[in-house]
Amino acid sequence: MATFQLTVNGERREVNVDPSTPLLWVLRDDLKLTGTKFGCGISACGACTVHVGGVATRSCIVPISHIGDRPIVTIEAMAGDPVGRAVQDAWVAEDVVQCGYCQSGQIMTAVALLKQTPRPTEQNIEESMGGNLCRCGTYPRIRAAIRSASAQLPKGGA
Amino acid sequence: MVATAINRRGFLRVSFAAATGLLISLHLEPNALGQEAPTPAQQQPPKVFPPDAFVNIRPDGKIVIQVNRLEFGQGVQTALPMLLADEMDADWANVIGELAPAADVYKDPLFGFQFVGGSGSVAHSFQQYRELGAKTRAMLVAAAAERWNTTPDKCRSEASVVHGPNGKTATYAELAADAARKPVPTKVNLKTPSEFRLVGKHIKRLDSRPKCNGLLKFGLDLDLPGMKVAVVAHPPVFGGRVKGIVDGEARRVEGVRDIFEIPLANGTGVAVVADKFWPAKQARSRLKIDWDVTGVEHPDTTELWTRYRQLGNAPGNVAVNRGDANAIDKIAAGNRLVAEYEFPFLAHAPMEPLNTTVRFDGDHAEAWAGSQFQTVDQMAIAEVLGLKPEQVTFHTEMAGGGFGRRAVTDSHIQREAAVIAKRLRGTPVKLIWTREDDVPGGYYRPMHFHRVEIGVGPDGLPAAWRHVIVGQSILSGTPFESLLVKNGVDETATEGTSDTHYNLPNMHLSVHHPKVNVPVLWWRSVGHTHNAFVMETLIDELAQRARMEPIAYRRKLLKPDAKKLLSTLELLDKASAGWRNSLPRGHALGVACHECFGTGVACAVDVSVENKRPKIHRATVAVDCGIAVNPLTIESQFQAGLGFGVTQLMAKGAITLKNGIVEQRNFDGYTPPYIIDAPMTVDVHIVPSSEAPTGCGEPPVPVISPAVVNALARLTGKRYRTLPLTNL
Repeated sequence: MATFQLTVNGERREVNVDPSTPLLWVLRDDLKLTGTKFGCGISACGACTVHVGGVATRSCIVPISHIGDRPIVTIEAMAGDPVGRAVQDAWVAEDVVQCGYCQSGQIMTAVALLKQTPRPTEQNIEESMGGNLCRCGTYPRIRAAIRSASAQLPKGGA
Repeated sequence: MVATAINRRGFLRVSFAAATGLLISLHLEPNALGQEAPTPAQQQPPKVFPPDAFVNIRPDGKIVIQVNRLEFGQGVQTALPMLLADEMDADWANVIGELAPAADVYKDPLFGFQFVGGSGSVAHSFQQYRELGAKTRAMLVAAAAERWNTTPDKCRSEASVVHGPNGKTATYAELAADAARKPVPTKVNLKTPSEFRLVGKHIKRLDSRPKCNGLLKFGLDLDLPGMKVAVVAHPPVFGGRVKGIVDGEARRVEGVRDIFEIPLANGTGVAVVADKFWPAKQARSRLKIDWDVTGVEHPDTTELWTRYRQLGNAPGNVAVNRGDANAIDKIAAGNRLVAEYEFPFLAHAPMEPLNTTVRFDGDHAEAWAGSQFQTVDQMAIAEVLGLKPEQVTFHTEMAGGGFGRRAVTDSHIQREAAVIAKRLRGTPVKLIWTREDDVPGGYYRPMHFHRVEIGVGPDGLPAAWRHVIVGQSILSGTPFESLLVKNGVDETATEGTSDTHYNLPNMHLSVHHPKVNVPVLWWRSVGHTHNAFVMETLIDELAQRARMEPIAYRRKLLKPDAKKLLSTLELLDKASAGWRNSLPRGHALGVACHECFGTGVACAVDVSVENKRPKIHRATVAVDCGIAVNPLTIESQFQAGLGFGVTQLMAKGAITLKNGIVEQRNFDGYTPPYIIDAPMTVDVHIVPSSEAPTGCGEPPVPVISPAVVNALARLTGKRYRTLPLTNL
């Protein structure tokens, strides 16, 4: 066990866990932020995607000891983020979700994409979203929601 | 629980002996409202628990409707409240849909147990929920009429308000207490379709926002005071047993509480209980277990195919024997077509790993699960704990997909959870099946072999059809056996062929059900996954042979009473005309149609080959599902359900076994469709109808894979009869 100081959604948090514990399980079991989902544990599905130091990251394979001082942002903070909010609103307007289990990860990946590339092409969308699995298959509406969120954003990004 | 007791005191309970059980209850406890989240968008409202009615009208005007089904993506948490709210004239903006716990009153009105399956949620509860709404409305109007000294026919209702003579109005919330004391009408008039205010409209899902902000709690997200987490080490071969455990290293993992052997549905395993998930998983990986796998069959996919092919050479138990069964022998060899198909085992792999939480208190237990089979799972937990089913409070949790995997007749997950909870008496335990438990864990769509011989008549139509299907029976040995296995034929293996709507006057269909040591289960659309593929690729080949357009050939071959398929093909013909005949170079059209669960579906796809894989540029779908209760949900189900159907075309879309051991462990070995694999865009067209609604959960799945390979056949000249599609 070791103590780690983290910045999660702008707040300082301290956890005492085994250093091998993946960030995902620190978020879910220690910080009770269950919006970030467990899907596969091998970074193959993207359900656990969060932003670490601004980069979309698979939290299921990153040990907590590798985080350092990089800030962590999860789905729970997206309503307070201009791009995050635009993406969530587009997701609701397009009625994207079905079971909804993968959508935290989809949204976190889409937000990272739009922050980098506010006007993505279909190819940008396929590349960025390419590793996020949706078993229901909501992909056509995910594409549509990303396009409509993009249209709501200022050209230079937020 | 104290909180429950306080809330229950606030209920004005209405009890009556109607078959539908309790109808209206009223929440009068103002403090409970104080606990509510500031806005519904930010947090889920507190659950009405235990609910004692279908409709709960709260003083703040919110109308909480109990949904007697699991919500796992199909949209029933929105559709059933729509039906009730429409007849009730409730203000939709204030309607909340809640997943009902296991209880007699919430059983399926046709089948007598609580479940989601057979695409029947809306179809079976269409009348039930409308009547519930109409009765509730009648009671509210009666209360208003009494208050105003008038008669109900002088009153009308709209958006949760009753309007009476002289401009008098009263809200449902104001009337609820009086209404609850009114007798429940035995007979009510339901709206005609032209009177619907919600049904037939594009209504957005009620669960979107909490699924987009991370605040919706799925079963896996459950957190209870003092809760422990359990994982189980399962035998490497189905039915294997623990011979010895060396657990010293595992017990040294900090946070591990207990390690012990447990019985499984098939064999035995080792449970690891810890404070949190990570120590449980770490400890499991440090266990050294000596497994006894002698005396259980070690299935091997390669050997199974050899065995299945041999079986397929001779007829089996007869499912269809129509006209001249030997007609094929009289047709010249040059006019015969012989086709053999292989379909692998498929895992459901829903996004949310399987899980169940149980707390056992001696004379009572509480369980939480995203279950498609609440009644069955509740009984199984009760049996393990030595309780009566009613002593197990069973909460239905939101589930992250399921596709049949949460409808298991042996309740193996719930039994494992109950066994563990029994040992940890008084402590809630959440059992998690990791992906490495799920993918190699069995309960697959069975592998199937089909052998079909067709004799083509001078008109290009099939004059003789001889068909043998080989595959495990899903239902033998389950409570459903007597219902769906007849004369040695499991209908879930033949559906889609045995009930074909094509005019096949001389047809012989038979089936072999070998016993194999691999647990099998229904996989979204069940037998239609392989039967539609066989039928629709063969019909397409016959059309090509006859040099006819694929849509025209199907319309010609369908029986005149195949109304739903004919209507969808007609609509598909129109809806795809704009793109179908002007495809870019390197693209091809593929068509398929199929009726299942009462719904007709026709599909056209535009496909090219990119990186040796099919690229589905667009799909047009026509659907005839009777009254479209929520066209938006139906559109979404079809758009996404096509993507789900692509699973069986994926290069790594197969579960295989070698010497009894499943070779795939996770999404790296068994790979469902990602965004690049699914259709890029799907336009859905619904045939207008005033007939009773039929299912939309499963019917999207069967059509897409035959449509895609039919397009590939036009591009490459090859007919693809072995799935998955490993090479193009």
